[in-house]
Amino acid sequence: MSSPDLPLVAPQTAQPAPSGGSHQGTGKKQRVRRLSGRDRVAVVLMVAVPTLVVVGLVWLPAIASVLLSFTNWDGVGSLADVKVIGLQNYTDVFTNYPPFKPAVQHNLLWLVVMFVVATPLGVLFAVLIDKELKGSRFYQTALYLPVVLSLALVGFIWQLMYSRDQGLINAVLGTQVDFYGDPKWNIWAALFATCWKQVGYVMLLYLAGLKGVDASLKEAAQMDGANQVQTFFRIVFPVMRPINIIVLVITVIESLRAFDLVWVINQGRNGLELIATLVTANIVGEASRIGFGSALATIMLVISLVFISIYLWVVMREDER
Amino acid sequence: MNRPATESEYLASLVPASAGRSGFSRRSMLRGSLLAAGLPALLAACGDGGSGGSGGGGGGSQVTLGSNFSDEVPLKTMNAMVEDAQKKQGISIKLNTVDHTTFQNNINNYLQGSPDDVFSWFAGYRMQFFAAKGLASDISDIWGTIGADYTDAFKKASTGEDGKQYFVPTTYGPWAVFYRKSLWQERGYQAPQTLDEMKTLAAQMQKDGLVPLAFADKEGWPAMGTFDQLNMRINGYQFHVDLMAGEEAWTDQKVKTVFDTWKGLLPLHQTDSLGRTWQEAASGIVNKTSGMMVIGSFIGQQFDEADQEDIDFFNFPEVDPAVGADAVEAPIDGFMMSKRPRNEDGAKKLLEYFGSPDDGVVQTTNDPSGIAANTKSDQSHYTELQKKCAEFVANAKSISQFMDRDTRPDFASTVMIPSLQTFISNPNDIDGLCSQIESQKKSIFAS
Repeated sequence: MSSPDLPLVAPQTAQPAPSGGSHQGTGKKQRVRRLSGRDRVAVVLMVAVPTLVVVGLVWLPAIASVLLSFTNWDGVGSLADVKVIGLQNYTDVFTNYPPFKPAVQHNLLWLVVMFVVATPLGVLFAVLIDKELKGSRFYQTALYLPVVLSLALVGFIWQLMYSRDQGLINAVLGTQVDFYGDPKWNIWAALFATCWKQVGYVMLLYLAGLKGVDASLKEAAQMDGANQVQTFFRIVFPVMRPINIIVLVITVIESLRAFDLVWVINQGRNGLELIATLVTANIVGEASRIGFGSALATIMLVISLVFISIYLWVVMREDER
Repeated sequence: MNRPATESEYLASLVPASAGRSGFSRRSMLRGSLLAAGLPALLAACGDGGSGGSGGGGGGSQVTLGSNFSDEVPLKTMNAMVEDAQKKQGISIKLNTVDHTTFQNNINNYLQGSPDDVFSWFAGYRMQFFAAKGLASDISDIWGTIGADYTDAFKKASTGEDGKQYFVPTTYGPWAVFYRKSLWQERGYQAPQTLDEMKTLAAQMQKDGLVPLAFADKEGWPAMGTFDQLNMRINGYQFHVDLMAGEEAWTDQKVKTVFDTWKGLLPLHQTDSLGRTWQEAASGIVNKTSGMMVIGSFIGQQFDEADQEDIDFFNFPEVDPAVGADAVEAPIDGFMMSKRPRNEDGAKKLLEYFGSPDDGVVQTTNDPSGIAANTKSDQSHYTELQKKCAEFVANAKSISQFMDRDTRPDFASTVMIPSLQTFISNPNDIDGLCSQIESQKKSIFAS
């Protein structure tokens, strides 16, 4: 520690006082000069390391998948055994692979149900809890609990409810519905379990958003004679635009990621086909149709690119404003 | 127990405790071999004399054994086999048990990574596939020692496409129609000889309030057994072999007849089979709520020890008198040696043990649902069921493995499992189903 009578800055590093002219201009030049040296190395490292990680762990595997999708490879031996077969895998996927069509339909259904059921329910619960009704803490905990669990675990929990011979639902209702085995039912059973989880997640995000809305806005709306519903849809909801976008993105991500639950139920067969499970079923295991599985993965990549583009477009348009 | 911190940790905790110690890592392998560098090392070295160089660089005297026998009874059996092998061969064995399905799903990566010296696997096409890829070692010299104890059929099932042996068969179990003796005596049922008789019997069972044919296909493979039986009864053994090898068309009327016949039988099968595991279906036989079940002799694992003598079976009945019913499905289990075992001498000693009559005794005593493949193995301790199974297979004219062992693994798992499940949930579009299978088959077999 320097004693009070000594200068706080060592003379050799002290900056000379600006001799005149624009104070601001000099300051800027100095800040640029200060960046050179160790700072510059630090900045370069901070940019380079994450870039390398992203390129190595995200981009290279993605590009490798795309390249492998034009080949026929069983995953054994060196890369020299890889046989390039052009678009054959893609032709096969679209013309010659019965599970593909239902998989796309199920992924879309997943997305629609998440949007139409899970998200509005999450918003509703968030609004109700935000009103701080009696026991709202209890409801908040109960609704958020499923979010903590992994989807794979959710599959097991619901197995106890759904099981045909030993399940709670059939025992209580005296029915014999085969929820996980019957293709008429299992997709809805799986969707119900997913929504059960997703609602709490959306609720939490909206709750955070609602707490952030300036109370004076609501007051002003009420002064102008708006009722509760009008206040929410005309004032609060538009104000929460950033949250809305985040929830939108998360909903899309979660519906594309819908994998664990279905895999736990029956490995994504018999009415539960999803693109992600088809990719896994073809690549993992004795099958090892690496090329064919990569073609499916590439198709999934293209689908997610559509959503990513929409998201970027929305965000950039916002920046321009 | 600690709470899992990550999803993968949680998933790992779902693996049964018996399979928990699946230490495939190089580190645990190294640690193991360091620990074992004591007495067993000396024993192994003494017993083997000169062939120092072939042991490989690792130098550990321990033999690692990868096993997919993870269910309760098979695991108990495996432990007994390991104990006996250590005693008789003077080697030290480290058993790595992996959950059955996980083992199958990872076999590709496992064999290309750092596999155990010896690993459990299946005979037939599935063995040949990995042998042809160079992922297993030629063990023809072991066959020079053990070969005299085996029939030609077993040697053939252990031979790769190049004419060398890659596999030591230990046990097998036939597929047939299994039932509970006491239930049948009580009701006065007789084993049917023809499919029509079986249908009549099944109708009687329905009248008596039983499910005639217990059935499950959640895992995707059990239904393959029914297809195989019908196919071999309708079209014969050779057609089964050719169809599985991709040489016959699935659009052939012969295949359609199989599906058509099956469709006629489906109303007699247990409903909602796609949500049920084979164990759940077998419990219907154990509890006497189902009359019979087309399954392998491993169904015995679901019965209590006291009920073991109450299991009986009959050959899947004849459909066409011209074809007969002398083709039997009896998948063989056994062991292979990985491509570069760290302890080759030890691995070969272990495989010699697996091929010995002694192993057959240990295995068939602990797990009475299998039959020893070694013909010299003492059968005096066999249960009624085991005796009957052994005789049943010995009298068969031809022996098939199983759909997923007689054809390419990629075709079996990505085409046949979904296709058979589609058929079970909608048996009406047989033409469409067959042409879909055929066009996918062409694409896969062309590669």
